[in-house]
Amino acid sequence: MTTSPKDGPPPVVSVQSRDFDIGSEIEGLTASDRNIGAVVSFTGLVREMTGQGAISAMELEHYPGMTERALTEIAEKANARWPLQGIRIIHRFGRLDPGDRIVLVLTASPHRKAAFEAAEFLMDYLKTRAPFWKKEDGPEGAKWVDARDDDDSAAARWHNPS
Amino acid sequence: MIQVLYFSWLRERVGTGAEEIDPGTAATAGELIQNLVVRDERYAAAFEDVSAVRVAVDQKMVDLDAPIAGAREVAFFPPVTGG
Repeated sequence: MTTSPKDGPPPVVSVQSRDFDIGSEIEGLTASDRNIGAVVSFTGLVREMTGQGAISAMELEHYPGMTERALTEIAEKANARWPLQGIRIIHRFGRLDPGDRIVLVLTASPHRKAAFEAAEFLMDYLKTRAPFWKKEDGPEGAKWVDARDDDDSAAARWHNPS
Repeated sequence: MIQVLYFSWLRERVGTGAEEIDPGTAATAGELIQNLVVRDERYAAAFEDVSAVRVAVDQKMVDLDAPIAGAREVAFFPPVTGG
């Protein structure tokens, strides 16, 4: 799915089972604004090696409706905090294989600092607030992934910016 | 009646992803859990460790002591692991 300028601006948030193309997403986000000076992109991939060994696949469950709402809210928070010209968040669900793309976060801004910081903020918040759950298929069978404490502390540090 | 949703291992332990439940006297999400666990051992298994349970009322994440009066949808799930 490519986005050309005549399709209008891309949606801020997409929750989908299909893959995405990073290049065309960047093109779609930046095509209509010549004052964007920096685009930061973060892509999350399915790692093969996990705590339980090498996994063969992963199933991502989500909460339809709330997921889109939570991601939109996170984007609004970032917009309120940094001078951004664009945000794009894509998160996949369903069955994914090692190496597959899971999540894309794009931030566009006049200068790089805001784009870098906002991208990190979006990922930290997404990790703790967006209702997704991973189940990995590995040597120990199918196992739900445990939430990580360091994800909580990564999100918490944005409450007290230095 | 409230639409109650379960995700991840809570869904597996309860045995369903969604059901209509009469909240009875429960005023908060935590009290709804207390009503459920005495109803059936599936709920007792799902809510055995309440510290591992997160709740959303009408698709907003809240604390377990959040009121559920007038809510259409209450969802229970473990801490999220997306990204």
